Amino acid sequence: MAILKTENLNYVYSQGTPFEKTAVRNVNLEIEKGEFVGIIGHTGSGKSTLIQHFNGLLRPSSGKIYLDGKDIWADKSQIRQVRFRVGLVFQYPEYQIFEETVYRDIAFGPKNMGLSEQETDRRVRATAQRVGIPESMLEKSPFELSGGEKRRVAIAGVMAMEPEVLILDEPTAGLDPKGRELILNQIKEYHKTMGCTVLLVSHSMEDVARYASRLLVMNRAEVFCFDSTAEVFKRSAEIEKIGLSVPQITRVFNILREKGIDIADDVYTVKYAKEKILEYLKSGGKLQ
Amino acid sequence: MIKDITLGQYFPGNSVVHRMDARFKLVITMLFIVMLFIGSNTISLEVGFVFTAMAYLCSSIPVKLIAKSLKPILPILAFTTILNLFMITSGMPLFQWKFIAITDEAVETSVFMIVRILLLIAGTSLLTYTTSPVALTDAIERLLSPLKRFKLPVSELAMMMTIALRFIPTLIEETDKIMSAQKARGADMDGGKIKDKVKAVIPIIIPLFVSAVRRAGELATAMECRCYRGGEGRTRMRQLKSGAADYVSLGITIFFLAAVIFINAID
Repeated sequence: MAILKTENLNYVYSQGTPFEKTAVRNVNLEIEKGEFVGIIGHTGSGKSTLIQHFNGLLRPSSGKIYLDGKDIWADKSQIRQVRFRVGLVFQYPEYQIFEETVYRDIAFGPKNMGLSEQETDRRVRATAQRVGIPESMLEKSPFELSGGEKRRVAIAGVMAMEPEVLILDEPTAGLDPKGRELILNQIKEYHKTMGCTVLLVSHSMEDVARYASRLLVMNRAEVFCFDSTAEVFKRSAEIEKIGLSVPQITRVFNILREKGIDIADDVYTVKYAKEKILEYLKSGGKLQ
Repeated sequence: MIKDITLGQYFPGNSVVHRMDARFKLVITMLFIVMLFIGSNTISLEVGFVFTAMAYLCSSIPVKLIAKSLKPILPILAFTTILNLFMITSGMPLFQWKFIAITDEAVETSVFMIVRILLLIAGTSLLTYTTSPVALTDAIERLLSPLKRFKLPVSELAMMMTIALRFIPTLIEETDKIMSAQKARGADMDGGKIKDKVKAVIPIIIPLFVSAVRRAGELATAMECRCYRGGEGRTRMRQLKSGAADYVSLGITIFFLAAVIFINAID
């Protein structure tokens, strides 16, 4: 059964005023347990608004959201429980840090859940280790840390709640390539060891192509397509038409095919590309 | 929610009122306030009402917006009305129950005060509805500039006001974001006792202060990069220009003010 499901989801900002704007229109989708879903789309395409529905921060103007088959708005008083089960990491999450020490900031979520002292301690230490924060850093003030470290502390703050669904809104925005790699790998690792569902919003096609098994493409408040990564990048011409890019390697293969070379159209990682090229060369094909 | 605050919000447009010189609008608004407060009888208040209605007709600001701007002052209205109703004891009693009495004069004064406050808010809101904050601070700076002689840093004060106004929406947005982020971590914002409520504010206030200080630092650097060194000798891209419409409006306002003074005198 799908862990997250939406039914005719609509969201309108400032309803009934001159500034009325539909941010999410008629979204129907199902996300299976344990999936790693990439969400891409332009700024203002409604992806951030959409993900805030999944943990009940926004209430849909119309339509329903089901978590594990249950309508999350069926009982309003239970919405906090939904937020513990669906963890959401906002863009630039380091700006939400407020505690005196790193330890206490990571413990904020677990404490709100009403966990015991020991369980909180276990989770804080386990999560800190997971995101590469050494024990010695736990007693430091989070405001002394570097940007990348702060980001990891903030992500750990949500991870420590051990949500069944982890949603991250551009977790790598504004980081250097090394910091990006680090965070993405930690997310991947978390996904693998915890067996949870991960939704990753990103602007970088390379990133989502590498990590996600399915891609949700948003365009002008609507779902443009929701399919396996390979299937989505097969439609690279359409994707470029709505103003999004495709991974560089996909573009290289598109140009090769345009030149009349008969080669695979579902390439989106360099590793797979190498295989395909070798295969092609072995079968007697020429790249000239 | 927080976003619904309209008091002091600018609604761009291209009406006569929008295009007027901000200095004139500011002076007219001040005259309007004087007009409302020296008017001591019903007729003078009616004059004030006609004036406000005329101004709104010229401004093409939707009526719905007026209602919205009046909403936040409802508690104040209720408070003054209750005070007036029960504290004024002169006049004919209309209603009496034990020691509580409501007189005709009390009712009259309450209605008078309600209308006066409503007109005051509606009229002054029009200034901020039709004038961009930048134009408004410009106007204040120009009107205060004679005070430069007394070593008052008028330009700096105006710049501070501009910056403060500029950052109100930014900070509101930021607060919204931080609140959402903490809610996502299970912070309980709306339940509980007063002690819990105070505690719930900390996770919002601290990040907000941190980011405000950070922004201030960044802004200072950015201003220095563009060679800001105080208001001395600074020229402006948009000059305030006064035209026929401004003088006509000012004339009309003075006429109305004179009318109110006259009505008061013969009363």
